[in-house]
Amino acid sequence: MKSAVIVFPGSNCDRDLAVGLERASGRAAEMVWHKDAALPEGLDVVAIPGGFSFGDYLRCGAIAARMPIMRAVVEFARKGGHVIGVCNGFQVLIESGLLPGALMRNAGLKFLCKNVELIAATSNSPFTSSLEVGQRLTIPIAHHDGNYIADSELLLKLQAEDRIAFRYADNPNGSVDNIAGILSQNRRVLGMMPHPERLNDPALGGNDGAKIFESLTHSLMASA
Amino acid sequence: MKARVDITLKNGVLDPQGKAIQHALGALGFDGVNDVRQGKVIELQLAGDDRAAAEAALKEMCEKLLANTVIEDYRIKVL
Repeated sequence: MKSAVIVFPGSNCDRDLAVGLERASGRAAEMVWHKDAALPEGLDVVAIPGGFSFGDYLRCGAIAARMPIMRAVVEFARKGGHVIGVCNGFQVLIESGLLPGALMRNAGLKFLCKNVELIAATSNSPFTSSLEVGQRLTIPIAHHDGNYIADSELLLKLQAEDRIAFRYADNPNGSVDNIAGILSQNRRVLGMMPHPERLNDPALGGNDGAKIFESLTHSLMASA
Repeated sequence: MKARVDITLKNGVLDPQGKAIQHALGALGFDGVNDVRQGKVIELQLAGDDRAAAEAALKEMCEKLLANTVIEDYRIKVL
């Protein structure tokens, strides 16, 4: 599995994400600067990291989504490439139009930084293929704007198309239908607020996060 | 030419910051504040003096960057 991590000014989970991808796949991820206009050749996965790209100016992820590399990422996704966006990366994917809905200020207005329990809502995606529906994972969150909003029409569509990847066991931020992560229509783009790359080593208190990177690696190897 | 863009949350989109402001106003004794919506103002200094062209450009700026039209409305004013 050949992967790349996009780096924006203010990204701060880029290296952890690269470690997560490398541990699962055995192959180092390439780090790609946001001003580049093209992705490396032959990629299987593009990962958009968490952090505070461009200082969260205007709206979280709004400026990053308009950088040159994102045109290439959108093109990559349209051609069927796999893309994972975590936290600020999820916000960037929404701002770039790869995922629907919006992420607003947490309902309680506080920045939340803690471990939460997630429930896998589908195993029908490359990112969740090794998980069972209903399986619980402990994954940290660290965000101020993670309150996922969808109008009733979009929500029904996401539910009907089985595109909700993860739900919170105990909704921390007001997200509609407890949504913590969603998939694109072709199921190859995942955006999620919790940080799997931050709980990816038993020495750090757990490695539930690794299950997502391992699912992705297994799915890509199976389809290769 | 100066222009101003007001960006507000669409009706029906819950505004937790507006609610917090409303509660704080109530705590200060300002009764009768039925609702508060928080938005943002962007002021722009534009070259040229063609108002129609400026308005068209501003509309495109709003659609492409300044507003998230999923949750926000915008109002353009060329001053």
